[in-house]
Amino acid sequence: MTDIAATPRPESSLVALLRHARYVIGENPVTGFAFALFVLIALAAVFGPHLVPYDPLASDTVESLKPPSLHHWFGTDQLGRDIFSRVVVATRLDFFIAVASVALVFLMGGLAGVAAGFYGGWTDRIVGRIADTIMAFPLFVLAMGIVAALGNTVQNIIIATAIVNFPLYARIARAEANIRRDAGFVEAARLSGNADWRILALQILPNVFPILVVQMSLTMGYAILNAAGLSFIGLGVRPPTPEWGIMVAEGAQFIVSGEWWNAFFPGAALMVAVFCFNLLGDGLRDLVDPRRRT
Amino acid sequence: MLTMVLKRLAMAIPSLIGVVVVTFLLTRALPGDPAVYFAGPAATPQAIQEVRVKLGLDKPLIEQFGRYAVDLAHGNLGTSLTTGQPVATELRNRLPASAELTLLGLLVSIVIAVPLGILAATKPNSLVDQACRVISTAGVSLPVFFTGLILVYVFYYLLGWAPAPLGRLDVFLSEPPHVTGFYLIDSLIAGDPETFMASLKQLILPALTLAIFSLAPIARMTRASMLAILSSDLVRTARASGLSAYTVIITYAFRNAMLPVITTLGMVFSFLLGANVLVEKVFAWPGIGSYAVEALLASDFAPVQGFVLTMAVMYVALNLLIDILYGLIDPRVRLDA
Repeated sequence: MTDIAATPRPESSLVALLRHARYVIGENPVTGFAFALFVLIALAAVFGPHLVPYDPLASDTVESLKPPSLHHWFGTDQLGRDIFSRVVVATRLDFFIAVASVALVFLMGGLAGVAAGFYGGWTDRIVGRIADTIMAFPLFVLAMGIVAALGNTVQNIIIATAIVNFPLYARIARAEANIRRDAGFVEAARLSGNADWRILALQILPNVFPILVVQMSLTMGYAILNAAGLSFIGLGVRPPTPEWGIMVAEGAQFIVSGEWWNAFFPGAALMVAVFCFNLLGDGLRDLVDPRRRT
Repeated sequence: MLTMVLKRLAMAIPSLIGVVVVTFLLTRALPGDPAVYFAGPAATPQAIQEVRVKLGLDKPLIEQFGRYAVDLAHGNLGTSLTTGQPVATELRNRLPASAELTLLGLLVSIVIAVPLGILAATKPNSLVDQACRVISTAGVSLPVFFTGLILVYVFYYLLGWAPAPLGRLDVFLSEPPHVTGFYLIDSLIAGDPETFMASLKQLILPALTLAIFSLAPIARMTRASMLAILSSDLVRTARASGLSAYTVIITYAFRNAMLPVITTLGMVFSFLLGANVLVEKVFAWPGIGSYAVEALLASDFAPVQGFVLTMAVMYVALNLLIDILYGLIDPRVRLDA
């Protein structure tokens, strides 16, 4: 009993994207795993403080430096604070720093790059020169210098992380905008009397956008590492705020005497988060641009 | 060849100017009045005014930049507030420690990553290939300070193979007579095997930490470029001519595959120089990184500025060196230039 009316209808683009997404995840289960991990991290970031068994700041000197047990899954630190609670609560801050810095560089680098690729000439030269100058520094060292100059705050860590990633975004956006500058659909839009800004906003940006989104997810991991590295050397976040980098730094002194859990669990959380973003970035890239698959 | 080197040198000049301008601007971005800052916390208004005049902060910005550039040309990087020592001298004294660590880290990284990449490429999807993928993904995901701490825990605390992570040399040994500043080389020159072994023991863990971190790009690039070369016509011809697998892989494929790997070294150095700061902190290594961190925490800005400048200049120089090396190895680049 075949239904004659069931001729395949043209799918809406959203349905097509979802189908493609399901196909990519089916092809590569690692991406599915990474996505599940991402959801977990996001949940911890949003609800973390309400879920944890102990107050992350409450010290209990009787219970100080206890190894992992049923009561304290990740053990306790030198002040008797529950490390599991601290690791979970820290997710929000680390996640926020990474997301904020990536969003910032997405705006700065993306817009500057698109403008450079579209207009060429002086705009291109100035953006290129700024990117080259940033690239002349070892990136972490430049981030240190920027935080030192602007002041030792979380906000400046976000700014510094965004600045050191600027060349990457600007270059990608520039290249993608440049190859589309004289494309048929842009010419057509121009001939129909669209202003430059309209072409940029409605023709170029929507095409460059997905590629930059992939870049965002790929740089999230680096952003987290960079921020944690800065707080590890004592910049930005101050104790007793729970944050992974500073927790590893505080736990480092106990490594030589064998109390490994102090530094291990926050470090492991950091590693899992970075790993998750790297995998997710690779998966997203397959989704958006299958040709670049490695 | 000489013209290529000269052209490349000329191309490094804008980078250097950029570096100097940025480090200058970083001081101007200091929150508040730089004169108050440089005069220290306990300064009287009179002292602040003196500092302002002494540093030339009452002059227009462009003139200040001129003074800064002239100071730099004389090798003057200012004076540290906390130690009272000229920054240039301290950086010079501490640089060998950092350089020895970074170079050994790079060496270990190349020695592991290149064979791993070659093996992975010659046997795609084999166990070695999977191992290469896992190691390089883990390498970029592991925070470098975390790897260092795990190594300390395993090799110092659990196994007792490595010495305590406290600097370049055991406190009971005296440092070798200063020739290069590299303890490994200096102790060999002095004919002192005991000091050589002791400093090597101190170096292994931090160098390994750096190596694990910088492995990934080298291994990935070696694998990718070997894969490309192995499917090329020249390798097919070599195989068809009946050459041994060793000759084909090492003489024909490897030499060609090394070229893109050398270009990635630039990025690897950016990683290494940054990671160096963190590794120095973990292992209490008396290099320029830990000098800068101490100064940063004490809000002592001149050393930080000097450190950022030194690192950037070294990085520009290293990139220059890599490019010239590339030209030496690959004649095609010379023709293009």
